[in-house]
Amino acid sequence: MQVKEYKPLIVAFCCNWCSYAGADLAGNNRLNYPADVKIIRVPCSCRVNPMFVLRAFQRGADGVILCGCHPGDCHYTSGNYYTRRRMALLFSMLDYLCIERERTRVEWVSAAEGAKFAATMNDFAEKVAALGENKRLEDLRCKK
Amino acid sequence: MQKITRDILVEKAVSLLENGTVCCVLGWKKGEFDYDVTPALFESKEEIEKDFVYDDFCGANFSKYLVKKTIKAEGKILVFLKPCDTYSFNQLLTEHRFDREKVYAIGIPCEGMADINKIRAIAGDGISEIKCGEKIVVDTIYGDKHEIDAKDVLLERCINCKSKKHVNYDELLGDEGEVIESNRFDEVARLEAMTPDERFAFWQNELSRCIRCNACRDVCPACTCEKCVFDNPKSGVENKAPANEFEEKMFHIIRAFHVAGRCTDCGECSRVCPQHIPLHLLNRKFIKDIDSFYGEYQAGAEVGSRAPLVNYTTNDLEPSEVFEGRGE
Ligand code: SF4
Ligand code: SF4
Ligand code: FES
Repeated sequence: MQVKEYKPLIVAFCCNWCSYAGADLAGNNRLNYPADVKIIRVPCSCRVNPMFVLRAFQRGADGVILCGCHPGDCHYTSGNYYTRRRMALLFSMLDYLCIERERTRVEWVSAAEGAKFAATMNDFAEKVAALGENKRLEDLRCKK
Repeated sequence: MQKITRDILVEKAVSLLENGTVCCVLGWKKGEFDYDVTPALFESKEEIEKDFVYDDFCGANFSKYLVKKTIKAEGKILVFLKPCDTYSFNQLLTEHRFDREKVYAIGIPCEGMADINKIRAIAGDGISEIKCGEKIVVDTIYGDKHEIDAKDVLLERCINCKSKKHVNYDELLGDEGEVIESNRFDEVARLEAMTPDERFAFWQNELSRCIRCNACRDVCPACTCEKCVFDNPKSGVENKAPANEFEEKMFHIIRAFHVAGRCTDCGECSRVCPQHIPLHLLNRKFIKDIDSFYGEYQAGAEVGSRAPLVNYTTNDLEPSEVFEGRGE
């Protein structure tokens, strides 16, 4: 019997104005990043509410990363400042309930940073892969 | 054990009702047993004289009731507020949830409320009668009698009371209190210091008991949304016992997150939980983090202050820095 190689499923919320364009640039430049990173485009990083993050875990994500414009560069002026506070608190709470802290991350990626996007995803995927499957926030009914 | 007696409050309520200052009174009424005192709206002198109670089981925080009651009331509502209740009161005013003009608030001093579960642990089942006082006297249907020191059976939130000061009132009975040093974050710190696996086991043990009765949400003065996410029939999580690990945690993380920065730490959630889940430890985790990341902030300390999650500075801590300097 062949054992299926474990590959982590990663959900990346990317803001439309910077990080999504950054991901595009990474593609245009033929930079490699894991195919298991599923990008969800959001109008601004602050569109992501904590429930989105938890839902992603429920539906089988092993890691969730949020990408937005660099602080100060948000298309809506201050969205990412709110994201920053919310996610700092949320991640701290997840850690308090013992969801491994390497499974969540926030990274600021501008539209010109295709290389940073690819590098971030590679690094994140590697860290998550080392942790293995998400067992502490999974919903077995959602598993195929 | 309360310094203020029922009679003083009844006299006050009746006189304000009779001279027309207020049109009704939000107070405590005896429930089926001595210990399940419930909030009630009194509209006449007779009702007040017959049913009004004030003793060690009057933990209920009335602030939230004002949101609905002030809409209907023709005049002012008289409300009695303990020091901790006044923080919730301020927080609701900050969020424009009720009209201050429609409320007449009387601050009452508080010596700490009793926790029926602690009394049960001592007296056992079958409690038939409880008399409050310096000593709480408990009779059971089996003929046992217990005398318990009121100080030994305080609610957790009263042991760690953060303030005896009323931050909002029209009239104060008794003396002005003070904000006090409390050890309310000790338990959170103890949990933080555990190994991840111990902590995971701790929370699994606590949260898996939840029956999703929603009592913690319903009683919470910060949870006053007209439409709550947990009532959304499409969410798949409304009003049912959590089916698995995910649902258990999801409800608790989201509930605590929604009140983060607005929670005054009134302790009502833990008081009403029929499963004795220490919900305050989730809320306090957020308060502790907010204090350490963004500077100390006490929700409800003043009307109109800006809650930390609707505020920012350009050099806030990055989410990746949260765990830095915490060792491990
Ligand atoms: S009051 Fe307790 S049992 Fe009820 S929903 Fe809240 S935590 Fe669960
Ligand atoms: S849990 Fe959230 S949505 Fe529901 S009432 Fe509380 S704050 Fe509002
Ligand atoms: S638009 Fe990119 S973070 Fe707000």
